Amino acid sequence: MRHLLSTKTLSQGEALQILDVAEDMAAVSTREVKKLPALRGKTVVNLFFEDSTRTRISFEAAAKRLSADVINFSAKGSSVSKGESLKDTAQTLAAMGADGVVIRHHASGAPHVLAESNWIDAPIVNAGDGTHEHPTQALLDAFTIRRRLFGDRSRGRDLDGVSVVIVGDVMHSRVARSNLWLLQTLGAHVTFVAPATLVPFGAETDWPVGISYDFDQTIRDTRPDVVMMLRIQSERMNAAFFPNAREYSREWGLDDARLASLRPDTIVMHPGPMNRGLEISAGAADSAQSTVLEQVTNGVSIRMAVLYLLMSGDREVQP
Amino acid sequence: MSNPSYLIVGATLVSGERTDLLVQDARLTPVAPNTSNSNTAGAIRIDAEGLVALPGLVDLHTHLREPGFEQSETVLTGSRAAAAGGFTSVFAMANTMPVSDTAGVVEQVMALGDDAGFATVRPIGAVTVGLAGERLSEIGAMAHSRAQVRVFSDDGKCIHDSLLMRRALEYVKTFDGVVAQHAQDPRLTENAQMNEGALSSELGLKGWPAVAEESIIARDVLLAEHVGARLHVCHVSTAGSVEVIRWAKSRGIVVTAEATPHHLLLTEDLVRSYDARYKVNPPLRRDEDVEALRAGLADGTIDIIATDHAPHPTESKESEWDAASFGMVGLESALSVAQTALVDTGLLQWADIARVLSQKPAEIGRLADHSHAFEPGAPANFTLYDPSSSSTFDLDRLAGKSTNSPYLGLTLPGRVQYTFHHGYPTVLGGTVVDSTTVAASAAAWKAGRTHG
Repeated sequence: MRHLLSTKTLSQGEALQILDVAEDMAAVSTREVKKLPALRGKTVVNLFFEDSTRTRISFEAAAKRLSADVINFSAKGSSVSKGESLKDTAQTLAAMGADGVVIRHHASGAPHVLAESNWIDAPIVNAGDGTHEHPTQALLDAFTIRRRLFGDRSRGRDLDGVSVVIVGDVMHSRVARSNLWLLQTLGAHVTFVAPATLVPFGAETDWPVGISYDFDQTIRDTRPDVVMMLRIQSERMNAAFFPNAREYSREWGLDDARLASLRPDTIVMHPGPMNRGLEISAGAADSAQSTVLEQVTNGVSIRMAVLYLLMSGDREVQP
Repeated sequence: MSNPSYLIVGATLVSGERTDLLVQDARLTPVAPNTSNSNTAGAIRIDAEGLVALPGLVDLHTHLREPGFEQSETVLTGSRAAAAGGFTSVFAMANTMPVSDTAGVVEQVMALGDDAGFATVRPIGAVTVGLAGERLSEIGAMAHSRAQVRVFSDDGKCIHDSLLMRRALEYVKTFDGVVAQHAQDPRLTENAQMNEGALSSELGLKGWPAVAEESIIARDVLLAEHVGARLHVCHVSTAGSVEVIRWAKSRGIVVTAEATPHHLLLTEDLVRSYDARYKVNPPLRRDEDVEALRAGLADGTIDIIATDHAPHPTESKESEWDAASFGMVGLESALSVAQTALVDTGLLQWADIARVLSQKPAEIGRLADHSHAFEPGAPANFTLYDPSSSSTFDLDRLAGKSTNSPYLGLTLPGRVQYTFHHGYPTVLGGTVVDSTTVAASAAAWKAGRTHG
């Protein structure tokens, strides 16, 4: 594994390796001195063409805990907003000696283009590209599920037979895509719940996923281990994907009544940031079943594991 | 000074018949092998053993980019690319800057083509002023200009207003012209990036549904039937479109249609690479669509192959997918791709290739003084093609200004060895003749026509 561009192309072995290394990284994060010398002297560039404070600071914390130097390059207010091309930006970073590039881009495939180009030689980590993928989010979600299910006995375990329901704007969600591919690779069963307008075209026939329009019936039928709520963006209403927030919330929101209809041990997940009262109620978000804050904590461990595996130069390392 | 005479020895016509061809004073005459007379004695001999003689190819859909986008292509470089591909006539699309929507612009484009001499350049006129889709451009003025425009198109943009399209069909009929429609419902394809399907969903690229093309074609054929006008459909790309056109023809509607070489060979799977060389409008589609287009050409539903040669500078393709320009160059590779997709698969014979790449496009475009039959005294516009060779399609094969070809690095059959335009060579022994020589030959031809 030279880059991390997607979960679609990740083998089960590679995925489990990342999850298991993340277990070691999580242990580091509980120490008094939360720091490893693994990437000392190396430079990680956070190249963000799209605002995302959460993801950026998560990668920043991960890199710093591995003793790397971090440069944050934000497109807003920089030469990029004045029309500089991806190529020129990449070559500039290469000339500055970047050892790893974490890229968030509004265009699907931009990390792929960077990795395939000869503009820069460093490992590329996709931190979310358009509506394509967000692989570290899926990895941290899988890590969170595994820990909730297996606790200290998580190492080496896949998610065989685990039932996951992903609800909301699947069409525009790179999180949903990355989760589907990774969870499938790990043996879980995934169901998407969304209005038909927000189901990706062709998913019903061509993707390894169950599709449902009815949240309540899906809860009754699948008794899921995991319910993952996706953020819904208000601009979707203007483009006629659904009539208004009230109707969306009624049909596809996780409100208190739906929360009560779940198994008491069903995990409630959300990648954040949440629209409380829209796709998820405060009661659901703050319940003991919610893993929202664990996901944030685990995000740092996963990103440490990814940066370590791609950049430490010791590719033979086994967890 | 007139151009020299040539004797083409041992060429194979599309009928399979072998003949020598005497090229003299911009006309050709088939002569029996080993004919020796005063005409043949003074002619430059060209060995055409194993070469197929095709009538000069005619491209009904080329973007020459001049005036306005000379960093991508000029009339000279684009028509040079045409010659390299065996073309002797190209119809230049109207999306220039300024737009080819006045007699002045179309006459300028034609004159640039005449001076360069690589091919006959017939400008296409814009249907609406500035391609804005709001009011008709001066179609009559362009039709009556020296450029004698007969094909009108807002290519790149769809004439989506139904009333405007109806009027355009009717008004263009007045001048024996044809509207060439770029069938793309703009609302269904806002910011669309690739064929809509499971793959576009996986790659996170905004989908370009087949129905956005098919619904416009369906409306247009009904409009054409209603007003009794000719309609030409540009770059048909989906199986559903082929079905609609087949149905329209069965009703007797006067519709013609083109397919591009790339839609006859390449599929959306190439987009997995996010390599913007594969970004094109309309987008590459599925295997089923490629098969339907090939079958459509074989049964005559699709009338012609047209390249949609769309040059772009390097920086327009060297970027993330969404930011890249749509289009690929296609003149130089058209014949090799047609051979791969249609001849080597047994769907078409060389006579059919002559029909879909020369005879029919000339008819649709009302190209004057065109012949595809190699009859005595026919205009000496033809190409000699070697179908038996096979080679890597590399940069050397491109003769235009831009290199955004999707075929670079692929092994393709065949090679254009000679192209003759108005009786003088533009390609000799697989090499494009230099521009100065061709311009001088063109000037000599023009002088001969005036005085002779």
